[in-house]
Amino acid sequence: MKTTHCYHCGDSCGDTIIFIDEKKFCCNGCKTVYEIFSENDLTSYYNFQENPGAIPIEIKGKYDFLDNKEIIEKLVDFNDDSTQIVTLYIPHIHCSSCIWVLENLHKLKPSVTSSQVNFPKKTVRISFNPITTSLKEIVLLLSSIGYEPYISLEDYDSGKKNVDRSLLYKLGIAGFAFGNVMFLSFPEYFETSEFWLEQYKNIFRWLMFIFSLPVVFYSAKDYFISAYKGLRSKILNIDVPIALGILVLFIRSLAEIIFDLGTGFFDSLTGLVFFLLLGKFFQQRTYNFLSFERDYKSYFPIAVTRITSKRKEENVQIYEVEKGDRLLIRNQELIPVDGILINGNAQIDYSFVTGEADAVSKKSGNKLFAGGKQLSGVIEMEVLASVSQSYLTQLWSNDVFKKDKSSSFKTLTDKISKNFTIFVLSIAFVSTLFWLFYDASKALNVFTAVLIIACPCAIALAAPFTLGNMLRIFGKHKFYLKNATVIEQLASINSIIFDKTGTLTTHKENTVSYEGVELNQQEKSFLKSSLRASNHPLSRTLYNTFTDVKVINISNYHEIIGQGIEVHFEENKLKLGSASFVNKNDDAPTLETSIHVSFNELYKGKFIFKNSYRIGVKSLFSSLKSDYDLAVVSGDNEGERAFLSEYLPTETKFLFNQKPEDKLNVVAGFQNKNKKVAMIGDGLNDAGALAKSDVGIALSENINVFSPACDAILDASQFNKINQFLSASKKAVTIIKYCFVLSLFYNVIGLYFAVTGQLMPVIAAILMPLSSISIVVFTTISTNLLGRKFKT
Amino acid sequence: MYQIIRQDMSVIYLLLSLSILVAIVFFIAFIYSVKKGQYDDSYTPSVRMLFDDELVKDNKKIN
Repeated sequence: MKTTHCYHCGDSCGDTIIFIDEKKFCCNGCKTVYEIFSENDLTSYYNFQENPGAIPIEIKGKYDFLDNKEIIEKLVDFNDDSTQIVTLYIPHIHCSSCIWVLENLHKLKPSVTSSQVNFPKKTVRISFNPITTSLKEIVLLLSSIGYEPYISLEDYDSGKKNVDRSLLYKLGIAGFAFGNVMFLSFPEYFETSEFWLEQYKNIFRWLMFIFSLPVVFYSAKDYFISAYKGLRSKILNIDVPIALGILVLFIRSLAEIIFDLGTGFFDSLTGLVFFLLLGKFFQQRTYNFLSFERDYKSYFPIAVTRITSKRKEENVQIYEVEKGDRLLIRNQELIPVDGILINGNAQIDYSFVTGEADAVSKKSGNKLFAGGKQLSGVIEMEVLASVSQSYLTQLWSNDVFKKDKSSSFKTLTDKISKNFTIFVLSIAFVSTLFWLFYDASKALNVFTAVLIIACPCAIALAAPFTLGNMLRIFGKHKFYLKNATVIEQLASINSIIFDKTGTLTTHKENTVSYEGVELNQQEKSFLKSSLRASNHPLSRTLYNTFTDVKVINISNYHEIIGQGIEVHFEENKLKLGSASFVNKNDDAPTLETSIHVSFNELYKGKFIFKNSYRIGVKSLFSSLKSDYDLAVVSGDNEGERAFLSEYLPTETKFLFNQKPEDKLNVVAGFQNKNKKVAMIGDGLNDAGALAKSDVGIALSENINVFSPACDAILDASQFNKINQFLSASKKAVTIIKYCFVLSLFYNVIGLYFAVTGQLMPVIAAILMPLSSISIVVFTTISTNLLGRKFKT
Repeated sequence: MYQIIRQDMSVIYLLLSLSILVAIVFFIAFIYSVKKGQYDDSYTPSVRMLFDDELVKDNKKIN
C-alpha cells in the first residue's frame, strides 16, 4: 500500500487516517488547524506550498506567564493604551504559505491590526489592540495553528534591539558621491584647455570637493579608526595603506584645486571608498536566522510556575527563583535550576546538555540538574541553587566564552599588508629622493602619486569577495559559518576532534537487537499490537522493527508511566518495560538502553537499543587521516573502544569518560603542541571545547533548534562532506593568493606612471576601478567553479 | 557678445543645480527608505507581492 501523506503537515498518516472535506489528515491537531483555516476562508494556505503545516503542540498552561505585566513589558517593542507591537521568533516559518497565513492573522483575530513577516529572520511583527486581546491570546492563537513562537530568557534580557544600518548609509553616500563626481569630472578627462571648460572648471572642481567631503569624513571613517588602532598596537594592517591613500588623495586633490594645478583625484577617491565598502557589505551578509552566540539563555524559559506555601500556583520570572522554592514543571518544560525531585514521575531528557537522547528516570529525592526537559506529566521540585548558580550555567563563567576568536586570528590579508606597506613606503621614499636631485619640483608630486596608486583597493577586496561568496556556497550545502574569516581558519586546520555521542552516532536511528528466548508469531503480533498503543519513543522505535506481523485489536491496556506497559488479551498477559517491572531482578545493572519482555509472568528476553553510527563515518575518517590528526572524545564509558578502534583508522586517538572540562583540556592540549584544532560536537557538554578550539563546528539534526555557541553550524545530513568543505576552504585561500598576484600586477603598472611623474587623474580613474572589478570578476567565477564541484 | 555669455552662464548654473537637486532628491529617498527599514529584509517582499493575485483567483473560484 502506498503511504498516505497528511494534507496539512505532510507526515505519513500511518494506520489512523482522519477524513474531512475529502482531505486526509494524520491527527486531530492537523485536522483542527485545517478547520480553523477553512472557517475563515484561509484555505489558500495550502495552495502556495504542498503540506506546509506543522502539528500543533499541546501547550496547556505553558504561556500563563504572559499574564504577568512586567514580563509583557519586557517582550513588546512598543506599548501604549491602544496598541502593542511584538516581534516573535517562529522557527516553523519555512515557505510562502507561512508568510501568507501569518500576514492574514487579522482574519482569524480582528484585534490584530497588522502582522508582517521577516522571512530571513523567521520573525513576525504583530500589532494588536491590548484592550480587546492580549499577548497571551495571540501566542495561543499562533500555537493553535501550528506556529508556536519561541520565547526564551534571551528575549527577556536583550530588551529592544537597534538595527545597525550604518554600513548601508556609508555605502549609499559613497555611491551617490561617486556617481556625481564621475559626472562632474567627465569633461576634463578629454579636453583640458578648451575655452568653455576654462571658464567653468572651478565651479565643477569645487562641487566635486563638496561631494567628496562626506565620503572622506563619514563613509571612510572606519578605515581611519582601524588604521589608528592598528598603528597604536604596532600592527601594519591593511587599513594603514588604505587610510594613507585616502588621506593623500584628498589632500593632494584639495591642493590641486586651490592652486589651480589640476582637477584632483576626487573621482578615484570616491570610487575607491565605494568599492571598498561594497566589499565590506558583501562580507557582512550572514545568516540572520541562525545564532552563533547562543548560551543557556536562548533556550531557558522566561518564567516558571512556583507553588506558594498555601499550595497556590503563581508564575515567576526565573531570576526571582530562590533556594528553597517549590517549582512545578509540566510536561515538555525545561528544568531551569538545580533541585531535588519531590514528587511525580520524572523522565528527564538531557539531550541539550549531553547530546544523549534517551530519557533518564528519576525517583523522588533524586537530584535534578538544570537543562533537562521533563517528558512525562507534571513534577514538583525543590530548588537547590538559583539560575546563575546552577551547574550548567556556571559552565559559561569559564574564560573561553569571553574571548573573541576572530580578533586574535591573523588573516592572510593582515599578513601580506605588513610587507606591502613597507614595500610601498620604501618605493615612495626612494623615488622622491631620486626626483629631489633630478627635478625637485616634481618630488612631492611623485611621492603622493605613489601613495595614491599603490592604495591596495584590490587586495582589500580579494578576501571579502572570495570568502563572502564561499560563505554563500557553503550555506547552500547546509554548512553555515558565523563569518567569512572562519573559512580562512578552516583552511589552516590540521587536527580534528570529534565528539562521539550525537556526532559520530545519530539519535534518529537506533539499531535494535534481541537477546533471549525466541518469540513465536502469535507472541510477536501480540507484542506489536501492544506497542501500538504506547507513545513512548522506545515503543515507537520497536514497533517499526516488526514489519511483517499482523496487528490485532487489544483493549485491556495499562501503562505505568516510567515503568512499562501491561496488556491482557484473552488468556494471555504481556509485560513490557524496565527490568524491575517484569520481575527480572537478577540482571546486572548495565548502561545500555533496553526493554524487557515477559509473557504470563515468564521472562522471555530483552530488546537492546544502540545508537547507530552515521553513514559515511568510516570513509570520512579514512579520507581525513592522511592530512589531519584525528581524535574522538566521549563522555561515555569505554564500552565502544574495541569496536571503534577496529572501525576507524588506527591513527585515531580515543578518549573516553571525558567531562565537559576534560574535553576543553583535550583541545587545549592539542593547541599546546601547535596544532590548529577543529572541534566537531553537538551538545552543551561540548560547548567549552567548541569555544576553545580554533574552529568549533556544531552538528545539528535541525538547524532551527538549539545548538551551542560555535563558529559554524553543520546540518547533520552533510556530515560526510566535512572533507569537501575543508578542501574547498583551502582552495578559497589559494584563490585569494592568486588575486594578490593579479592586483600586484596592476600596482606595478600604476607605479610605473607614478614613479616617472606622469600620473594623470584619468589614468588613476581607469586603473582603480579596472583592478577592483577584474578582481571581483575573477573571484566570483573561480569560487562558483569551486562550488560546482560539490557532490550532492 | 557679452550678453550671450551672460545667458550661457545662467543656463549652465541652472542645469548644474537642477541635476544636483534631482540627485539629492533621490539621495534623500534612499536615506528615508533605509531608515524605514526597507533594506532590513530583502526577501519577504518578493514573496508578498505575489499573494494578492492568488487571493483574487481564489475568491473567484468560490463565487
